Amino acid sequence: MKLSQLNPGEQGTIVAFTDLEMSVKLMEMGCLPGEVVEVERLAPLGDPIAIRVAGYQLCLRKSEAAVIIIQ
Amino acid sequence: MADIKVALVGNPNTGKSTLFNLLTGLNQKVGNFPGITVDKKVGYCKLAEGRTAEIIDLPGTYSLYPKSKDEGIVFQVLADKSNSSYPDIIVLVADATNLRRNLLLCSQVADLGLPMLLVLNMTDMARKEGIHINVNMLAKRLGIQVVAMSARKNDGLETLKKALANTTNISTQINGVDANLFASEAISAVKQKINIDNDYYALQVLHQHEHLTFFTPQEQQEIEAIEKEFGFESSKLQGAETVARYRYLSTVLTDVIFDTGAERKFKNTDKLDRILTHKFWGFAIFLLILFVIFNAIFSWASYPMDIIEGAFGWLTTVGHERLPDGLLTDLLLDGVVAGLGGIVIFVPQIAILFAFISILEDTGYMARVTFMMDKMMSKVGLSGKSVVPMIGGLACAVPSIMAARNIESWKDRMITIMVTPLVSCSARLPVYILIISIIIPSESVWGIINKQAIALMFMYLVGIAAAVIVAWLMKFLIKAKEKSYFIMELPVYRMPRWKNVALTVYEKSKTFIFEAGKVIIAISIVLWVMASFGPGDRFEKIDQKYATALADTTQNTDHINSLISSEKLENSYVGILGHAIEPAIRPLGYDWKIGIALITSFAAREAFVGTMATIYSVDGGDEDTGTIRERMIASKNSVTGLPIYTFATGISLMLFYAFAMQCMSTVAVVYRETKSWKWPMIQLVYMTAMAYVAALVAYQFLK
Repeated sequence: MKLSQLNPGEQGTIVAFTDLEMSVKLMEMGCLPGEVVEVERLAPLGDPIAIRVAGYQLCLRKSEAAVIIIQ
Repeated sequence: MADIKVALVGNPNTGKSTLFNLLTGLNQKVGNFPGITVDKKVGYCKLAEGRTAEIIDLPGTYSLYPKSKDEGIVFQVLADKSNSSYPDIIVLVADATNLRRNLLLCSQVADLGLPMLLVLNMTDMARKEGIHINVNMLAKRLGIQVVAMSARKNDGLETLKKALANTTNISTQINGVDANLFASEAISAVKQKINIDNDYYALQVLHQHEHLTFFTPQEQQEIEAIEKEFGFESSKLQGAETVARYRYLSTVLTDVIFDTGAERKFKNTDKLDRILTHKFWGFAIFLLILFVIFNAIFSWASYPMDIIEGAFGWLTTVGHERLPDGLLTDLLLDGVVAGLGGIVIFVPQIAILFAFISILEDTGYMARVTFMMDKMMSKVGLSGKSVVPMIGGLACAVPSIMAARNIESWKDRMITIMVTPLVSCSARLPVYILIISIIIPSESVWGIINKQAIALMFMYLVGIAAAVIVAWLMKFLIKAKEKSYFIMELPVYRMPRWKNVALTVYEKSKTFIFEAGKVIIAISIVLWVMASFGPGDRFEKIDQKYATALADTTQNTDHINSLISSEKLENSYVGILGHAIEPAIRPLGYDWKIGIALITSFAAREAFVGTMATIYSVDGGDEDTGTIRERMIASKNSVTGLPIYTFATGISLMLFYAFAMQCMSTVAVVYRETKSWKWPMIQLVYMTAMAYVAALVAYQFLK
């Protein structure tokens, strides 16, 4: 399942990434395999999304969240 | 000269600049990094035993691998021993409330092998949130001094200064991750080829050498060859390194950090976000804030602006009375002082705008605006992060274009730079106000709404609409080098740090005066010379023509003098230029006098009112718009005998000023930011063409 498919309030654990270049950036920001992520809220227009990961809030576009495979 | 150089390195939102301000106070300046066209913030700080430290504030970054132009500076400075900013000591500033992510950068920097120490900032907040950190054990595991601080509360500063004084030039840190795990053959090859002794530095060079300017072309080729030979896969290796570093940090932080209340931290932020990023209230509040900013720029700023205007007017008058008559006095007062007045007048508006922007950024609200606007902005080829430069464009495009640096994607950044000057800046305001006061009657609709205010708002909307449309077109024209992305931290809400706000306002205003000032004073002098002299003996002939009339004491000499000066202006170099371009601008409804104003405005728009004042020979410069206004209304076209400033000409002129690239400072800053003449030239041409066409269409339809 992709992170972009979660609704606000739902959680998942990162297992893998489908885009190498994007994964480097995401991992630097603390989105590592094994981390629990929770979707906090959507932006008023439905995109980007705000997630809670590694003890802080991060926002990213849905297309970027689609790169993150979760369980 | 400072005894030691200290560089502040850290993630964004860690209170790094607060610490910088705390260490240096007002003793700071903005300069340039040698070879890198990015502002460098430097300050000085007194340590114990009369030693001074030079403190350099490097841009915030999450990793040594840069995602934006700003972030790239960090490694460029730390990598180049010959750079004059190369530090003796690195102070790594980390947010204690989010230690693990902050230590990623710390471990990368540590592996470069420079002497360093770690500042754990915001320890008071961490304590409140139930996070306990064993500072001594952390220091032991990392092998460096660790100072717990709270820069906001001025807590721990003396300890930091002592620690700085204690730091020697021998690095003590324990190596975190062995760089040879990733590309050992390529590393040893690079080390051999270009005489490097640090493994991790060699690895970084392999990753980033394209952006490092201090390597010779031959060295670049050699590194490139090594990359090919050993099949160096940059992205893959960066990923592997990040994973290895986080694994190492987990070991470091075991039994060092105790988090007992991770949830508490977000409670207030969560509550605020529910309202501030709400579907309806989020936008409503944002619009309200924009309205307050606008109102402040236009109404609050008018008081200090009146005072500044009065002061410069007084200076000119008194100067003319007291100083001996002559060319030098004229040059000084009508050239330099008038030019200077034209810049200083904008300082209140710029100061207010930057005060608001820095409060919005400091509280964390700006990140939410970016978050809310991203979808809308990405539709027209911009990014949520373009909102900040676009709002800043209302004051001045120059600092706003520099603010576009934190947009990671090259394409988004370019489009933002290209369209920001279309947003109506404060220099257009005097032009709009003068023309609106001529062509729009000061009447109210329904008793409350002023027609002139509506016209002014319309001009601002025209500018924003043009920016959006051009951005949308450029989205198809500019080829992207890489994918646009939007991964951004949403910091928790905090109270603004008023001292930071005050310092930002002070810094930005100072930079504006000096950067724009240089250009405008130069232009004012050139303009003054061109308006005061003419080719051949034309001026003498004019003097001779009126000599008899002047000698006649029964006539009004003031009137004759003003006739002389306007005739001289027509025959001066600018007058001749104005006549030369008249055929091109006649279809827009302009005559040669407006032509002169257009020429002078190509340097800076604010020159319009001043030029008009000179052309209509109103004594005392531009502090008396009322009189210029009356003369402009009365002026007739010399051929047709009809008034020049009709509704059609006025609208045409305002549209020209709304679109045309009439600002040398902006051209210069775009060149500086894009490092090529290509982009400023494209911008100059497209904006001027757009201005010409819009003015032409408007005039031909309305006349």
